[in-house]
Amino acid sequence: MNTPSDEHGHDHPKNELSHYAKRIYAIRDLLLEKGVISEKDIQCQIDYQEARSPANGAKLVARAWVDPGFKARFIADPKAACAEMGIDATAINEFVVLENKENLRHMVVCTLCSCYPRPILGRPPDWYKSFNYRQRSVVDPRGVMREFGLHLPEDVEVRVHDSTADIRYLVLPLRPKGTEDWSEADLAKLVTRDSMIGVMDALDSIPE
Amino acid sequence: MARGHHDVGGLPGAGPIDQSQHDLSDWEILADAVNQALGVRGIKRTDEMRRAREEMDSAAYRDMTYYERWIASIETILIEKKILTREEIDRKLAEFDSKWGEP
Amino acid sequence: MNADVARFKPGDRVKVKFEDRPGHIRTPWYIRGKTGWIERIHGEFLNPESLAFGRDGLPKKTLYLVAFNQSDLWDKGNNADKLLVDIYEHWLDPAA
Repeated sequence: MNTPSDEHGHDHPKNELSHYAKRIYAIRDLLLEKGVISEKDIQCQIDYQEARSPANGAKLVARAWVDPGFKARFIADPKAACAEMGIDATAINEFVVLENKENLRHMVVCTLCSCYPRPILGRPPDWYKSFNYRQRSVVDPRGVMREFGLHLPEDVEVRVHDSTADIRYLVLPLRPKGTEDWSEADLAKLVTRDSMIGVMDALDSIPE
Repeated sequence: MARGHHDVGGLPGAGPIDQSQHDLSDWEILADAVNQALGVRGIKRTDEMRRAREEMDSAAYRDMTYYERWIASIETILIEKKILTREEIDRKLAEFDSKWGEP
Repeated sequence: MNADVARFKPGDRVKVKFEDRPGHIRTPWYIRGKTGWIERIHGEFLNPESLAFGRDGLPKKTLYLVAFNQSDLWDKGNNADKLLVDIYEHWLDPAA
């Protein structure tokens, strides 16, 4: 029987893949042969993941910035607020929004593995999953923030959340000053993925 | 008993955060999708996968990349649940090697 | 969430058990034995220590958001900063 792996393009010759890389192709083929999962199941998950990106989070934050009623709903019941905007957050067991303030910043980590609000933001960045971030964020959050360009005065409180269970956290960054007349679409461009993890604030200006 | 190799919060010796990002290879996208598909089908739980990674050899845990650890834990749990055997996987790999040739 | 079954309420001071249990534990090592306070009751969840071994995760455990002063956790902890961890009830004892 033709292995389905023959039909897809790949980045580099299969014979150069590492030990574990080859194994997932073997596992995939066996699972398909035995009917444990289907090609459709796999493609469905690839598509689901492709549809999820920080743009979802940016939309939510921009709406919260312009609409105080939405902001209140977003904080009180984040999954329902997502549904209002056509964003499917149902895969999150419990979703909590952490609102940054002038004198308060939040930062999120999973020291034990790499839990992350994937249904909203998509896959986490490599640095979020790194040992250095997992080790340092709980003990030196301000040092981590400085590496991302955020220098906080001592009178701003920093709250680090270690998401050790089923709660998934999203930081609601502060709206940058001087953006009072901005459109929602432009505001969303200021909301970076890293500002929703909490290692930096939202941008002050739209990147080139 | 001691703290697990995954339980790294607060451990000293951590350096600067490397902010570079690599594009996912096809095999990593596949590992992610197979993992999610197995979950959606109710075949395994995320908690089982985490436990399998915690039980790995500690040196391997630090040396392997993120998705390599996922693949290792997928294999461990599927074998544990008697859905696949290591021999079957090895045999399938041998088929691949004979088809793909030497690197 | 059913606050009636929860042993602790927001504001209660709690101490994380200083124990070394085998199995799949979601209470980080660095927080064991430390004292903080309940910030929020998240609700009841299936027990990951049981789920990790293919069991059903019952009975559900109450999960709390527990806050700690950074200055209580680390030698160089910043005075005003906090660290918050999601901890299951069976890992918490009342503290003075």
